[in-house]
Amino acid sequence: MPEQPAEVRRANFAEVNLGLEVQAAQVEAQRCLSCASSNCTKGCPVGVKVREFVELVLAGEYLAAARKIREDNVLPAITGRVCPQEDQCEGVCVIAKRGAPLAIGYLERFVADWERQSGQLGLPPNAPPTGKKVAVVGSGPAGLTCAGDLVQRGHHVTVFEALHELGGVLVYGIPEFRLPKEIVRQEVDNLAKMGVEFVTNVVVGKTVTVDGLLNEEGYSAVFIATGAGLPQFLNVPGEHLNGVYSANEFLTRVNLLKAFADDYDQPVFDCRDKEVAVVGGGNVAMDAVRTALRLGARKARLIYRRTEAEMPARKEEVKHAKEEGVEFLVLANPVAFLGDEKGWLKKARCIRMELGEPDASGRRSPKPMAGSEFEVDAEMAVIAVGTTANPLVQATTPDLKTRRGGYIEANADTMRTSKTGVFAGGDIVTGAATVILAMGAGRKAAASIHEYLRSGQWAPPPPTNPTG
Amino acid sequence: MFRILQAQFLAPDVKRFTIEAPRIAKARLPGQFIIVRVHDRGERVPLTIAAADPAKGTIDIIVQGIGKTTRLLNSMEAGAQIPDVVGPLGKPSEIRQFGTVVVIGGGVGTAIAYPTAVAMKQAGNRVVSILGARTKALLILEQELAQTSDQLFVMTDDGGYGEKGLVTDKLRQLVAEGRSIDLVLAIGPIPMMKAVAEATRPLKIPTVVSLNPIMVDGTGMCGGCRVLVDGKSQFACVDGPEFDAHQVDFAVLTQRNAMYRQVEKEELEEFEAMRKKPGSPDFCRLGMQNPQAGP
Repeated sequence: MPEQPAEVRRANFAEVNLGLEVQAAQVEAQRCLSCASSNCTKGCPVGVKVREFVELVLAGEYLAAARKIREDNVLPAITGRVCPQEDQCEGVCVIAKRGAPLAIGYLERFVADWERQSGQLGLPPNAPPTGKKVAVVGSGPAGLTCAGDLVQRGHHVTVFEALHELGGVLVYGIPEFRLPKEIVRQEVDNLAKMGVEFVTNVVVGKTVTVDGLLNEEGYSAVFIATGAGLPQFLNVPGEHLNGVYSANEFLTRVNLLKAFADDYDQPVFDCRDKEVAVVGGGNVAMDAVRTALRLGARKARLIYRRTEAEMPARKEEVKHAKEEGVEFLVLANPVAFLGDEKGWLKKARCIRMELGEPDASGRRSPKPMAGSEFEVDAEMAVIAVGTTANPLVQATTPDLKTRRGGYIEANADTMRTSKTGVFAGGDIVTGAATVILAMGAGRKAAASIHEYLRSGQWAPPPPTNPTG
Repeated sequence: MFRILQAQFLAPDVKRFTIEAPRIAKARLPGQFIIVRVHDRGERVPLTIAAADPAKGTIDIIVQGIGKTTRLLNSMEAGAQIPDVVGPLGKPSEIRQFGTVVVIGGGVGTAIAYPTAVAMKQAGNRVVSILGARTKALLILEQELAQTSDQLFVMTDDGGYGEKGLVTDKLRQLVAEGRSIDLVLAIGPIPMMKAVAEATRPLKIPTVVSLNPIMVDGTGMCGGCRVLVDGKSQFACVDGPEFDAHQVDFAVLTQRNAMYRQVEKEELEEFEAMRKKPGSPDFCRLGMQNPQAGP
């Protein structure tokens, strides 16, 4: 994949990966063995028919290839950019045994970009209208996917979004250099063209309740896809100092509210020529630290309590971050933030960690080494160590069962909750995960909602295990 | 889009708006707030709902023009559209029969206290209101609060109206007179709320304040509005905005609210310089000519 040179891109917000040209896409597509096993499709959380779309690429039928992907994945330009393909389709590709797997993500992106640039749209046709209304809460990947699948089945779908822009984490969380917002807007526009109705500035649980949607506004089913809500902090001294952000806040200010641009009004800490510390090892941490670099940080340092091998981030993000000059401080964890007399962050006090026995997640659990504290300079710190469930919908929907941490209980296959007519999926059920897993949940929910609207049958009652 | 139905100045740089927002008008309870964005490159700012009419589908906000966004908002007139209004956010005030409730409003904080005072009166409380302002011209909602209060006192810094002194002077006087007070609700500038908290702390009078930290989404997603309450981090947007005044760390709130002071000051200066010139981009974004500042 051609990309912007590291020394150039570290100073701009333009996309890092530049996309395949037609010829490169053809060369790559020829590597597909068209094998009967279709491991790739099985490895995909939404079951994209990889072999079939790659064959259409080979035939030069790019619009038909887009239509083929869209049958299973309504957001191909997005997943082609942000999916962890190495753990999914590409991870199980047969030719990976003899070298690099087929670059399925790059090909998917190629097809979606070709479609967009052509100005044409490979939309599958919708079924005749059923007259049923479905409310989708949240316009992130789970909500958009569910909405797209449901309009295709002929239902009227309204998506309610709390923020002023559509896309959820795709617009407030993932930075421009990894996923241009123009692409998200385009995918949302495509869904609108398919018939999805979008309403911004509605916080379900506050502006209107789930019961209000079902009983007063005429919706037959509600899909809750509110995402991973509240940011977790480290709960160490000094976390209230000026300059300490949650990743959600920092990224929202920059991505959604364009705080870096002169003609936008939302402010963000001016980290030009400053040292910045980002705590965490996932995609969000990578996004935050690379954003700080682009905002002009003199040094952007990632602090992670395990080693690089345990980092949950996509491999490509880790590689890009390193190329751009992000410093990795691994096996370390902040124990306090230190500020000046006016309350501005100046340093992070860290402790060295060592890896002990594997924990429940199978990863070796980090343990602090007594007496190993040290300090690093930091005038801005971003905490990217995960999120907990946002309680707004649950708090006003008393008959909706939740599990530990406040996440909504939903059946792993049907996405049905304890409340008749209410479905839930994505991060609000599983805890923070990936775009594609949320899309997979949205797909399952759409199938289950369709089945419920068709049959009127809710039973059997959902088991209590969360989706896996 | 949310249409402004009425707009009038109540005091210099303080303007009251009636906005069409049927869902919010229906759902809103006293103590809750909204977040607005005045144009497509605007910042998100929280503003408390001063009143609502569910039948007409309208909410009222009272805005003090202290920064660029609030001044831009205050330049808007009836008929204009606000692109983004979201709410009602935050937990509503706890309304029940306490007995005697003293409602203290400082400056534009009075607009936040007002709906709660009305609800407290309706819940059967004896409501004693103390309004504080620097001068008479800055006093708002005096008549409205007089109607809902059993007693109302006005305190001005210059003594040009009501009594000369601070709201805490009046509060202490009421206590010295032996009035029994079951709850104090204090909403205004941070130093005022802190002073009220210190006045009632030794007397063990339960005291509630409404906090105004920096906020972005207002739904608990960003944590920017975190405040220290009883040594624990709380999010004002979902856990508040009202908290037990005796547990709030006002020093941390003051420190965090200073986070963007420099850039806010520069933005405001730039804006004030621009508004004197024709065709300033901010006003173009509102779809209007450069208007004059308020009276």
